[in-house]
Amino acid sequence: MTVLRKMTWVELKLFLREPLTVIFTLALPLVVLFILGGVFGNTPDPEGVVYRGVGAMDYYVPAYIGLVIASVGLVGLPMHLAAYRERGVLRRFKASSVPAGNVVGSQVAVTMISAAAGSLLLMAAARLAYSFQAPHAPEQVVLAFVLAALSFSALGVLLGALLPTARAAQGAGILLWFVMLFIGGAGPPPEVLTDSMRFVAQLTPLQHAITLLQDPWLGFGWNWRETLVVAGITAASALIALRFFRWE
Amino acid sequence: MSAVIQIEHLRKTYGRTVAVDDVSFAVERGEIFGLLGPNGAGKTTTVECLQGLRAADAGYLRVLGLDPRTQAAELRLRIGCQLQESALPDRIKVWEALDLFAAFGRKQTDWLRCMEQWGLAQKSKATFASLSGGQRQRLLVALALVNEPEVVFLDEMTTGLDPGSRRVAWDLIRAIRERGATVVLVTHFMDEAEALCDRVAIVDEGRVSALGAPWQLIERYAGPGRVTFSAAEHDLTWLHAVPGVESVTHSGLRISVEGTGPLLALVAAALVEHGIAPLDLANQRPTLEEVFLALTGRRTLEEGETP
Repeated sequence: MTVLRKMTWVELKLFLREPLTVIFTLALPLVVLFILGGVFGNTPDPEGVVYRGVGAMDYYVPAYIGLVIASVGLVGLPMHLAAYRERGVLRRFKASSVPAGNVVGSQVAVTMISAAAGSLLLMAAARLAYSFQAPHAPEQVVLAFVLAALSFSALGVLLGALLPTARAAQGAGILLWFVMLFIGGAGPPPEVLTDSMRFVAQLTPLQHAITLLQDPWLGFGWNWRETLVVAGITAASALIALRFFRWE
Repeated sequence: MSAVIQIEHLRKTYGRTVAVDDVSFAVERGEIFGLLGPNGAGKTTTVECLQGLRAADAGYLRVLGLDPRTQAAELRLRIGCQLQESALPDRIKVWEALDLFAAFGRKQTDWLRCMEQWGLAQKSKATFASLSGGQRQRLLVALALVNEPEVVFLDEMTTGLDPGSRRVAWDLIRAIRERGATVVLVTHFMDEAEALCDRVAIVDEGRVSALGAPWQLIERYAGPGRVTFSAAEHDLTWLHAVPGVESVTHSGLRISVEGTGPLLALVAAALVEHGIAPLDLANQRPTLEEVFLALTGRRTLEEGETP
């Protein structure tokens, strides 16, 4: 346990020293928030069709929390893990009998912590700039956050386990992140997407994570269907990652 | 004396490539044991099998009485490794790395002292990426030693170190042994092996081609020794009567006597007897370098080997 704690602490410091991931996690969602906030404002669609009938910012804040989670999970974690393998850091850990659980566990912990920090920053900014709706059921939102962040951590570990080099992991992660950004619910509202886009959106883990966060936030209640989907993604990713994890 | 490492008929292949064909040796407790050989000879693979980082195809392996194939996790807590192809995260600081690796071990250790011993105290807050090659190497060796292991594997430890740092590293290796640890040193520097190792195994093409103390190997394989001096005298035929002398060659005033046995003492005695006392009488003993050449047909630093 002390090893895991110490590794997490060191990894957290390393995370903060890596400008690219810090920008992706903390700054980029903020920029997107202000651009879209400036464009759409926060007045609900009078016909109640777009943005699930709520104000654009009320819709987007939980969606961007999903985006923050996706960026640490898809961009930061896989690149870091693949770079560790490529450069022989994992080999060095193995030679010191560091269990794989500690290596992966510290990465997951850093992902959760940095996603939480990014989300709080986002909420603070949204609160200052727009009078957005505070979460309807805060405990459920926290639970949804934990489930979503775990799910993207597992996805990140999976990418980091499967992709051979840091470069490949970075490319794949950023590509997935952008696809999910545009159609997964954090870009244009789902109501304006074409049917085929909406079908693809259903396949992105981000859309499910976002709905899981939005429902208790906006007062639509806990979404059990999305809970199952998100938990399923977590379990499947973790199992495959476990199967393909390589130290070198 | 008891063997802390036993290795019998180790074999390891990667696909069709035979990395280690048939390697056997034993290392005693408290020894500094050298594994020498050209690149691709199988030294690193042998060591990796002993560390439990690779599974041997065949052979009997024991390190500290443990089987690296089945008891690797326990074994690795009692050994220290400096690996050839490994690195640390770019942005980790020297003290953070030592602190972290000290926590991997079971016992409380004083990583601050380790940092000082290896001359890293001034670089304590520098990141791994900002260190010079030699400093990185010293940090990696320090990490191998931070948990006071019983057996230490050092793979090309002094590669990348400047001559001054190499001498310091040699002293530290001797200090590790003083503390009671056993050291396995993989190197292609013959002077290093000769200066440090109690015994060496010369590995070539996956097999041990010679095993013994450096002086034994030199005596057995290196060929004749040579004594040189300057003398104005031309008739030195009486030197051939000195036991062990095989040849006497002149090159201007410089005379070179080749032969075996205690050549220097006998030649010196004969010279004095004939009233010659050259100031520059010198003994050129063959080194492990010659042993290596005789056994493998190669010089160690040939074929663009990375220094």
